[in-house]
Amino acid sequence: MKKSHIIGIIVIALAIGIIMSTAGDASTYVSFGEAIERAQDGDDTKVHVVGRLKKDPQGHIVGMQYDPLVDPNYFTFTLVDTNRYEQRVVYYQPKPQDFERSEQVVITGNIQNNVFVADKILLKCPSKYVEKEVTASL
Amino acid sequence: MINTLIGDLGHVSVIIAFVAAIVASYAYFMASRPAVEASADTSWRTMARAAFYVHGAAVVAIIFFLFNIIYEHRYEYHYAWSHSSNHLPVYYMISCFWEGQEGSFLLWVFWHVALGIALIKFGKKNKTWEAPVMATFSFVQIFLTSMILGVVIGDFKLGSSPFILMRDAMTDAPVFKMDPNFVPKDGTGLNPLLQNYWMVIHPPTLFLGFAATLVPFAFAIAGLWKGKFTEWVKPALPWSHFAAVVLGIGIMMGAYWAYETLNFGGYWNWDPVENAVYIPWLVLVGAIHTMIAYKRSKQGLSASFILVIASFLLILYATFLTRSGILGNASVHSFTDLGLSGQLFTYLAAFTVLAIALLVYRWKQIPSTEKELTTYSAEFWVFIGAAVLCLAGFQVLATTSIPVYNSFLGFIGIESNAALPADQIAHYTKFQLWAGIAIAILSGVGQLLWWKKANKTSFKDAITVPLMLTLLITSLVIILSNKFDVFSFKLDNPVYITLFIAALFAVLANLSIIFGLLQKKVSLSGGAVAHIGVALMLLGILFSSGYSNIISQNNSGLLYSREFPDEINRDNVLLWRNTPVEMGKYQVSYHGRFQEVKGVPGYVNQELLFPTDDPYKAIARGAIKAGDKVYHETGDTLELHSPENIYYEVSYESLDDSFVLYPRAQTNPNMGLLASPDIEHFFTKDLYTHVSSIAPEEKEWGELKEYEVAAGDTIILNDYVAVFNGIERISQVPGVQLKAGDVAVQADMKIMGERKNYHAHPVLMIKDGMMGLLPETIEDLGLRITFMHIDTEKSRFKIGINATQKDWIILKAIEKPFVNILWIGTIIMSVGFVMAIVRRNKEGGKGSDQKGKSIPRRKVQAA
Repeated sequence: MKKSHIIGIIVIALAIGIIMSTAGDASTYVSFGEAIERAQDGDDTKVHVVGRLKKDPQGHIVGMQYDPLVDPNYFTFTLVDTNRYEQRVVYYQPKPQDFERSEQVVITGNIQNNVFVADKILLKCPSKYVEKEVTASL
Repeated sequence: MINTLIGDLGHVSVIIAFVAAIVASYAYFMASRPAVEASADTSWRTMARAAFYVHGAAVVAIIFFLFNIIYEHRYEYHYAWSHSSNHLPVYYMISCFWEGQEGSFLLWVFWHVALGIALIKFGKKNKTWEAPVMATFSFVQIFLTSMILGVVIGDFKLGSSPFILMRDAMTDAPVFKMDPNFVPKDGTGLNPLLQNYWMVIHPPTLFLGFAATLVPFAFAIAGLWKGKFTEWVKPALPWSHFAAVVLGIGIMMGAYWAYETLNFGGYWNWDPVENAVYIPWLVLVGAIHTMIAYKRSKQGLSASFILVIASFLLILYATFLTRSGILGNASVHSFTDLGLSGQLFTYLAAFTVLAIALLVYRWKQIPSTEKELTTYSAEFWVFIGAAVLCLAGFQVLATTSIPVYNSFLGFIGIESNAALPADQIAHYTKFQLWAGIAIAILSGVGQLLWWKKANKTSFKDAITVPLMLTLLITSLVIILSNKFDVFSFKLDNPVYITLFIAALFAVLANLSIIFGLLQKKVSLSGGAVAHIGVALMLLGILFSSGYSNIISQNNSGLLYSREFPDEINRDNVLLWRNTPVEMGKYQVSYHGRFQEVKGVPGYVNQELLFPTDDPYKAIARGAIKAGDKVYHETGDTLELHSPENIYYEVSYESLDDSFVLYPRAQTNPNMGLLASPDIEHFFTKDLYTHVSSIAPEEKEWGELKEYEVAAGDTIILNDYVAVFNGIERISQVPGVQLKAGDVAVQADMKIMGERKNYHAHPVLMIKDGMMGLLPETIEDLGLRITFMHIDTEKSRFKIGINATQKDWIILKAIEKPFVNILWIGTIIMSVGFVMAIVRRNKEGGKGSDQKGKSIPRRKVQAA
């Protein structure tokens, strides 16, 4: 067999390995229900959950707590997922400043001790700016 | 008045550019038919050139009209309104130009025109290439100009014009129903994050890189088309170098901008927008290597075809990813969706299908050799290097495309909920780190084999010195960093040690080649220089990301909850104004808010600025000084650069050094808090600081407490000792026009704070028979002092005090060791590339050559 064929086979094997590993590392969008099931099964992989903030009839956000003067690295809020399941979420970072204005929130993390511990929050805001942020970088 | 003329002229220019591109494309196609070429009939070519020049002139005209709309603040046009504003300086108007999709397409189109003309002009020696190469160029221009065509036929929309009037863009807005001639007074402005000098030069550089990838692609296609399977490599090679260096610099400019302006704490975030450009760059660099190997050994021609074509197609794919809106939730950094996704997809699909079909059709005819490569031939290792580059690119591509799989599966009716990896940094690092190690080793080994006689003994001689030195230095660094704490890092992680050895070896091996070439011909050493640059970049990434250290750990013991006390990093610290906090070896304190004033260097304390009705103007409350020089006297009207930008003075003090940083934050009505870091650069590290949260603008004041005092009295105000010195009549009150008969009196108080004494001058005035009170706020102490009453008979005065919570910020500070090496490496790599372009260009006319350059490559690990 020619050396170039052996290399070709190795490259293809590596490419397949990359695809497998990407599939393994890829996260999924789930509901809180599924996130809780995963936690009960002892599966601590991180998932994405899409939801909206819990609001009272007047449109005020309910269940949000951030007091930087006590602990600047503790932010908690209640998120309602697409199945209308309400879940308390904890984020060990300062509160994102435009949080209240967001229409939709995407969080990444997992359920630990009955709370969802988020390590990333992505906000979808109605403003035109957020959608076209950093335009010129490409 | 609405000026519709200029928009009409612009739109007509777009149409001319579009039609001229079609004509040029057709005429160049006709000119490159074998019959025409053989007959020496130049009429088709003359026509094609004329059409391309008309196209170029029209593109310049479009740019002129669009810039005029922005420059003259013609807010009747949607583009000016949504990207610019009255207060924007000219250099940021340039950034407005390419903030929108249309403008950035225009930039891209412009560079194609510039490169096309360069090819026509400088390709005179070898006229056979002009027609087929420019046919591809013009064909691409048809697609690109169609993106800004803005033609709507029924429901079918072709392109999005930048010359749309407000009333046509916002047909639903009631104001245009009432008055179609309404012109907004001001624009909505440029995204504040883009108001940065890098954003003036980064996009043109990046788009020049985009445009330059078309040149080797066009040569490759021309080679396939005309059956010149081997000749295309020589003219395409210097252009490939040019594309790679410009694209590389463009990417790194973007990385530096992100480092300086955004606050994710680094220069690379594995955001799809960044990845989308990184992938074609890797493949292009791989293509350069196979082309160079082909020039020397006549092997690897098919691979060169594949990689050159792939790099251009990946540029189109990058455009599709970032501009079609397909990334959705996956990226915060993409363009607004203009509904062009169908058109973008057509563009991508057309070129992919045509290029691949042509390649497949000609595949059997591409010459190849049956000669087997030996393990001690340089070309063998160069090919392995190119394969590693492509695999690294493939890995990023496979992950970045996850949102595309979702859309595609959704399109054919399968629901998919795959998301990007939760920990992207770990995911990408897992592969890219090893790719970096492989590249570093291969670049050393490959270069040594390339320049030395390729056999076992001479290779052993060549590798001994660099390898011994590498191992020696590595052992020294490991011992010094672990046992003697000489550095700010401990090199003890085996993976990091491997990368360190590999990169150091690459540097030393390539240095030994440069030393060898010094005696022969230095101009050949471009490859070695570029490889040193890449290896230095790897070292810079290793230290700045691998050993990045958050020094703002919250050690106050005050925690809200102890649900997960151990696992969570608490990376942000609360700083009360003027209360120092220990961070690492530093005493860090926050001293207040500052702003930029026109004509005054540095920053001016906000307490010295009395706001006026115009947010861009303020009145000086005291002498405005910078150093010892007084720039403005009390009462002068000052102009502010940007009133929303507040700089928070944070001082760092330690035994060795002390410095002051001004991290910026802007509370934007649309985007919330936009925090940008301030960075102190040291030779061995950067100290990176940004605010994460700030005290609310609206303060809650406590109850008013009244005090009755006489001149000279001492009182206690909220724990501070204060002296009431007396009162004086004043003739000027900032922000108020005093007329005859009006009286203004100010109290003079001195309050002893923790750090210094403060003077407060609250004003009481009688204006038009009414009493007016102008209280003075001392932000440092959280006090507001009001001069309430004068009892002239008894010479006693009444003052009122409100107290509030002191001002605070929440801060994050990170040490990044040796990040400088990354930037230095970038510059060295670019120098190496330029040396190689000069050399390859000189060779253009000469016969075949024997030398080459190999594997530059860059890996960026997340910060």
